[in-house]
Amino acid sequence: MYMLHRFERPLWFLGSVLVALGFIGIWQIVASSGLVSNVFLPGPDRTFRALLAGLESGVLTGKFFSTVQHMFYGWFIASLIGISLGAIIGTSRMAQVYVAPSLELLRPLPASALVPVAIAFLGLSTSMVLFIIGFGALWPMLLSTIHGFTSVEPRLNEVSRILRLTKMQYIFKIALPNAMPDILAGMRLSLTVALILAVVGEMLSGQDGLGQWILASGRMFRSPDLFAGVILLGALGYMSATLLTWFEQWVLRWRNEG
Amino acid sequence: MDLKQTIVDRPSHINWRALVLPILVILGLEIGGHVLPLETEFWPVPSQIATAGWAALLNGSLLNATLETLTAATLGLLLGGSVGLAGGITLGLFPVANKLLTFSIEAVRPIPPTAIIPVALLVLGAGMTMEVSIVAFSAAWPILIFTRSAIQSVEPRLIEVSKVLCLGFFSRVWKIVLPAALPRIFVALRLAVAIALVVCVTVEVTANPIGLGYGMRVAQQALRPDLMFAYLVWIGVVGWSLNLLLTSLQKLLVWRQADEGR
Repeated sequence: MYMLHRFERPLWFLGSVLVALGFIGIWQIVASSGLVSNVFLPGPDRTFRALLAGLESGVLTGKFFSTVQHMFYGWFIASLIGISLGAIIGTSRMAQVYVAPSLELLRPLPASALVPVAIAFLGLSTSMVLFIIGFGALWPMLLSTIHGFTSVEPRLNEVSRILRLTKMQYIFKIALPNAMPDILAGMRLSLTVALILAVVGEMLSGQDGLGQWILASGRMFRSPDLFAGVILLGALGYMSATLLTWFEQWVLRWRNEG
Repeated sequence: MDLKQTIVDRPSHINWRALVLPILVILGLEIGGHVLPLETEFWPVPSQIATAGWAALLNGSLLNATLETLTAATLGLLLGGSVGLAGGITLGLFPVANKLLTFSIEAVRPIPPTAIIPVALLVLGAGMTMEVSIVAFSAAWPILIFTRSAIQSVEPRLIEVSKVLCLGFFSRVWKIVLPAALPRIFVALRLAVAIALVVCVTVEVTANPIGLGYGMRVAQQALRPDLMFAYLVWIGVVGWSLNLLLTSLQKLLVWRQADEGR
């Protein structure tokens, strides 16, 4: 019984991988049966060949890394601004009354709606792509930081007053550690947003990257290249989320030690 | 997650202190635009933006574009929402199916919805269908994930009760499982509505010649920054009103549930 229990999880995992392979098999059968035109739906064989060819020649690898770069820089800028602005608003009563509600007005604005504005002012440049990513990725970070800073246990506030902590000491010793889980959750959400917007920005600006690659491939009816790009983008989304989860567990390891 | 202070915290109550900053910013832009030697063709002042917006509202182009965007968002939500709901219910009720599909779901879910744009463009061409399918793809995931976890966490005793009552499968889902999971499904719906609007505008800005996003692109390319900003403000208003509507609906729903529970 114990043995069975021990193998249960890996067995289910193996089963779900087999099911996924089954789906790929169905995809292959549909593609090669000619039910759907090969122009629209390349089989997995042609897609993986295009993927391998792109990776071997370094074309796709290059595009992959420029998308990673756009995504990371935009996200990083948004994190810096979001966390510091969130810390200011979260610790100041004035800012919560006068500034925070205006953020509520800006938040539902889709970041992609700023693309035409950004193009008008920044042109089809890398800075325009970074601006779009930064704007979109800012909100989850900002809101979760404010939430983390305002939800400090009241007794900790009292303790910090008795200890006469300065505002800076309060932020770094009490509020920031308390807000860390919220901030990390916000960072994870905004990393997803950053990837979505990196693709949009690259499509519209023509800046080098996977977004520009898939749009161009689609327009030239090179569907295996298009699908290869989409698969790489999915892989990038998966890897970045996994990396951040590890990072989160490492930063928050103190919570499980108690 | 809501901020504590909002501009309209109750329908009848407006938080005036919250309006200070927006009014100051608008006044500052207006005065600055007149005083500073800027070219108003590139830096429209708020009054010019309002005039352009009012004109677009009167000739119907703004409302027409809004209708197109909202139609695509609604159809996409209906399609993606029903697929997500059906999938979430199935996976929530049948752990075996859930475990077997884990890998496939985790492989497809991280694909950014914007990466689907070229695929949809290639297969369906530009137009309403393509936009609806992209919205459906993006809205289906949160609904599926939330519904699945909502159903998995339905109080087991309720399921036992339904077994004791010898309810059939469908009446068990309809009478016991869905009502219990409804509040959390509604949270997912709120999320999905916000996603749908964002995806619509994104698709329109990127590739599709309909709706508000395309209106913005046209205004930008026609060197009408006043109209472009008017569209931007309008998109913000639409998004904000949708959010307000859903928040009040959600409150109503939760309130009713709490009321019935008494």
